Amino acid sequence: MLHVAKLARLELTDEEVERFTEQLSAILEAVAKVSELDLAAVEPTAHPLDLVNVWAPDEPRPSLPVDDALANAPEREAGFFKVPPA
Amino acid sequence: MSLDTFRLTAEDAIGLVERGEASAAELHGAYLEAIGERDDELHAYLRTVDEADGTSIPIAFKDLISTRGVETTAGSKILAGYVPIYDATVATRCREAGLTLLGKTNMDEFAMGSSTENSAYGPTRNPWDPDRVPGGSSGGSAAAVAGGLAPWALGSDTGGSVKQPASLCGIVGLRPTYGTVSRYGIVAFASSLDQIGPMTKTVRDCALLYRIVAGRDRCDTTTVELPQPVEIPEREDLKGVRVGVPAELNEVEGIAPGVKAQVDRAIELCRELGAEVGETSLPRSVDYGLACYYLIAPSEASSNLARYDGVRYGLRVTGDDGVRAMYDRTRDAGFGDEPKRRIMLGTYALSSGYYEAYYGQAQRVRTLIAQEHAAAFEDFDVLVSPTSPTVAFELGEKTANPLAMYLSDVLTIPSNMAGLPGLSIPCGLSDGLPVGFQLIGPQFSENLLFHVGHALERAIGFDLVPGRLA
Repeated sequence: MLHVAKLARLELTDEEVERFTEQLSAILEAVAKVSELDLAAVEPTAHPLDLVNVWAPDEPRPSLPVDDALANAPEREAGFFKVPPA
Repeated sequence: MSLDTFRLTAEDAIGLVERGEASAAELHGAYLEAIGERDDELHAYLRTVDEADGTSIPIAFKDLISTRGVETTAGSKILAGYVPIYDATVATRCREAGLTLLGKTNMDEFAMGSSTENSAYGPTRNPWDPDRVPGGSSGGSAAAVAGGLAPWALGSDTGGSVKQPASLCGIVGLRPTYGTVSRYGIVAFASSLDQIGPMTKTVRDCALLYRIVAGRDRCDTTTVELPQPVEIPEREDLKGVRVGVPAELNEVEGIAPGVKAQVDRAIELCRELGAEVGETSLPRSVDYGLACYYLIAPSEASSNLARYDGVRYGLRVTGDDGVRAMYDRTRDAGFGDEPKRRIMLGTYALSSGYYEAYYGQAQRVRTLIAQEHAAAFEDFDVLVSPTSPTVAFELGEKTANPLAMYLSDVLTIPSNMAGLPGLSIPCGLSDGLPVGFQLIGPQFSENLLFHVGHALERAIGFDLVPGRLA
């Protein structure tokens, strides 16, 4: 549970860990039902339509102005998103 | 101006504008007035827009459709205060059709839920009974249309989030064929399943709105051109239509007797209208559909929701220990329980060592479900069932048990996995609450669904106005 939370970048509280462990166990048990079927010969579907390689002409267009791109930034400086040091 | 917003269809409202009997601003004002009167109780809207910005009738958008200059939160605290700098393609198309944005409707956070109780901004209530849920995740859009607070609305459907709330609120909802409506500017949940769909009072309104929003968009490369133009349905018979009744979709455990009775009556009406009705089967689609969905959708969600990290927009929570702690804290504080559960589930299903057993296997089940539906469509033109196994349930009834909530979508999920269109229309009442009838067709069969839905709607004669508000 804590390993998955770390992979998912979620800092869970102890209370959340306890609650989610119980709920996710029940959900995992239910979804594990897919393993009952022998589907070795069935191709996987990633997408409902048979679309391949949608091409478009490579035409330059104006890009987003920096001010627009930063409009919702929690913090910004000199045209960049600003974050705390690593 | 005084208008009966409960009964006015979008088509009739357009007629008022075209004949010069009402202006866009007057219609907008009439709906704002209705919202002022009734939305304190229903909480269908997260915010409204004061001024009419178009020349035609108003529309409400689920709050995951990006609207330039109008806050868009997807029902989440992590997006509180986020104001998009561009319009979703569906918003652009509505604006080009002259529609005015009335407001943004409440929803389960990131469209994850079946009751709208997962909204970070409080639940929406069902206009038919305020102690009950409107369904979800597009519960705000459904309640707005059913409660006379919008002539029509857009919702989004991943596992049933247009069809199920339409069913629970007694309105019409279309989940279109995957790829026919642009997802550009939509807050993403599960990208191989998400579709924007109309939520309306009548099937004709549904076709009118679908005609406005559907079609290829160069900003969404998964979209395609419609093979035929959208037809606004007129025929009121079903001669020559082959209606299949999949046993599993109509007999799965948990379908309430009152729901079954109304659906059986609608099937009988199909026959009376001239359709050939026969039984068919989707042996594994219903049995394995839910498990398949709850692996694929959370897997895609865990990837899509990785973008909420406090860097570029939305909430940021920091401490004094660097950028990694900022990511983790922002996500813990910003996401509610359901997104957290699904992110965790998806991360697990995609993690090294489990990928093939969970996600890989679910993708194969998805193929199987598509094959079973294709086989049924060799003998039938449309498949029918209840949309939801039950009528609207009470607030709080399923919030403690996520798995019980997931079962609300057991009948809408299978066809969604196959990318098929589905229409829900009201077919009667059980215990005074609406029952929805689900019509499923092959990919790109929206015109046929509109024809069948319209003919049935005329024959059923469902009264759209919730009894307690009439």
